[in-house]
Amino acid sequence: MSSAHPHKIGQAIGEGRWTRLALITIALIFLGLMLIAPLFVVFVEAFSRGVGVYIDALAMPDTMSALRLTLLVAAIAVPVNLVFGVAAAWAIAKFEFKGKAFLLTLIDLPFAVSPVVSGLIFVLLFGANSVLGPLLDSAGIKVLFAVPGIVLATVFITFPFIARELIPLMQQQGSSEEEAAVSLGAGGWRTFFQVTLPNVKWGLLYGVLLCNARAMGEFGAVTVVSGNIRGVTTTLPLHIEILYNDNKAAAAFAVASLLALLALVTLAVKTVLEARFANSHAAQRRH
Amino acid sequence: MQVRAENISKRYANMAALDDVSLTVGAGELVALLGPSGSGKTTLLRTIAGLEHPDSGAVYFNDRDASESRIQDRGVGFVFQHYALFKHMRVMDNIAFGLRARKTNKPSEAEIKRRVMELLDLVQLSGLDHRFPSQLSGGQRQRVALARALAIEPSVLLLDEPFGALDARVRKDLRRWLREIHERTGHTTLFVTHDQEEALELADRVVVMNRGKVEQSATPDAIYDRPATPFVFSFIGESSVIPVMVGNSRATLDERTLDLEVANLPDGPAQLYLRPEDVAMVTDGGPGIPGLVVSTRRIGGMRRITIECGMARHRIEFDAEAEVPIANLQRLQVRVIGGRVYGAESEGYETEKLAASATSDFKWAKAEGWLDR
Repeated sequence: MSSAHPHKIGQAIGEGRWTRLALITIALIFLGLMLIAPLFVVFVEAFSRGVGVYIDALAMPDTMSALRLTLLVAAIAVPVNLVFGVAAAWAIAKFEFKGKAFLLTLIDLPFAVSPVVSGLIFVLLFGANSVLGPLLDSAGIKVLFAVPGIVLATVFITFPFIARELIPLMQQQGSSEEEAAVSLGAGGWRTFFQVTLPNVKWGLLYGVLLCNARAMGEFGAVTVVSGNIRGVTTTLPLHIEILYNDNKAAAAFAVASLLALLALVTLAVKTVLEARFANSHAAQRRH
Repeated sequence: MQVRAENISKRYANMAALDDVSLTVGAGELVALLGPSGSGKTTLLRTIAGLEHPDSGAVYFNDRDASESRIQDRGVGFVFQHYALFKHMRVMDNIAFGLRARKTNKPSEAEIKRRVMELLDLVQLSGLDHRFPSQLSGGQRQRVALARALAIEPSVLLLDEPFGALDARVRKDLRRWLREIHERTGHTTLFVTHDQEEALELADRVVVMNRGKVEQSATPDAIYDRPATPFVFSFIGESSVIPVMVGNSRATLDERTLDLEVANLPDGPAQLYLRPEDVAMVTDGGPGIPGLVVSTRRIGGMRRITIECGMARHRIEFDAEAEVPIANLQRLQVRVIGGRVYGAESEGYETEKLAASATSDFKWAKAEGWLDR
């Protein structure tokens, strides 16, 4: 944009060149300080004692088991929330029923409640003094301080991501395409997979990625239900905290860099997918 | 296939969307459901399609009760106001959707492709089969929507405000084109519109709806020439309304007798409805209603004149040749050569057509006396 042809939008809303520069600078500085610098520090600290320590920290059996547990929890929580999130969004966006507003509020509950409280809910539900705990215990099923508890807490915490992403999208699109599909003879599944799903796939993908990032990174609720049994019930975030509290800062940051890397990969996947389908995506949006 | 809706009622919250409505569309007939927004016409259409469930009443396809069958099995081709094309599918896949969704008698892919091309040809969109809906104009999208509905060889074609979202010029073209398609394919067709011109031009029969009830069901000519109720009269075309009193089979205005035959009407207040063509300017010096011109506007080759007459300054509109010089505040006399009188019956309306001839003049005792203001 040359000064001879100032940008029309800028002109219309009366922003001068300096205002624009100042706004862009503020945004960049804030982004740098709050997002990029911390990420950078993580990697710098991770390698502060050399590559050897970094590799040792990652190769620790506890780290590997924490990574396995984190991936396992995400692998269960994300599909579960995918199914229930889509179901809830479908029900809310396409049907009228009593208690709809209540259901909407319920979906937001995990966002509103502190993660620690969410964790405590499961302690109350499955703890030694609860009704369910001893019952399941006698059946040989351990929930609290074990993998099932971690999975439950993670599912609870990450439930809103997919549903919340889909509801406004589905509401905006209405039901007429689905009505057209059934009037043409399509059954429920065909309508869902060929009409509804393609229309929300980008929102769904975004919801899944957010849900996955949170599932792998959740700390508060998981720490309450896990009992922090090293190498057994520690996920990556818990493992990082244990290392840090043991004064193993370099090792803690090394594992943290692994978690950060997972997040970056997630974002990269999203960007690549979006770029790849940009054309059909844009075509849909224009419609 | 004949479609019959019997005694359909449907309530939303506390409002009756449909109040005991019955409707029959004969095999091969093209019927318009006409009414203002909120009259229940779309609800009736959606009920016939199976997209809505009536609180009471039933829908019959020929003599089979369709109320219990799923929408998928009804075989209705439904065309939505905003097309509802599948955005992520190409035109070809949109049209093929219904054929591919078939569980029995599913044609081969080659056969589907042949049928799609045939339909594209029918809706004059050959060559656009690889476009996405977003790459089509509004009129083209609506044609794809029609082709998609026709692809399943529907027993009945239902269209919800098919041209509502298009601009005036495209509407006119598509209207003629839909009529041609109907003549070619012969589908039993029911379409919803709020545009009376569209309904009168396109349909074999027009069903006028208001407040969840059918006001009149008749041919376009009958709807226009013999509107059954004041609502139909005023909804179809232009109208002027003058309140009159009926007594001893005579109608009076401002206590002056009008020379009107209203033998069928009970005594009491009634309304005289006039179309612009029911009123003519008196140019031969004969008797007429004196009035004061309050506005003139050009409509096509004619000039629409509005005059005020009588003590309550009732407004009457009529058309005059554009070249006849008529100015605001000019005084002139008009003569009623048509129109209808509706009595205010508690149940329905009694109507009486005036003699459509120059002899049905109003005979005023003292014509000049009308303009005392």
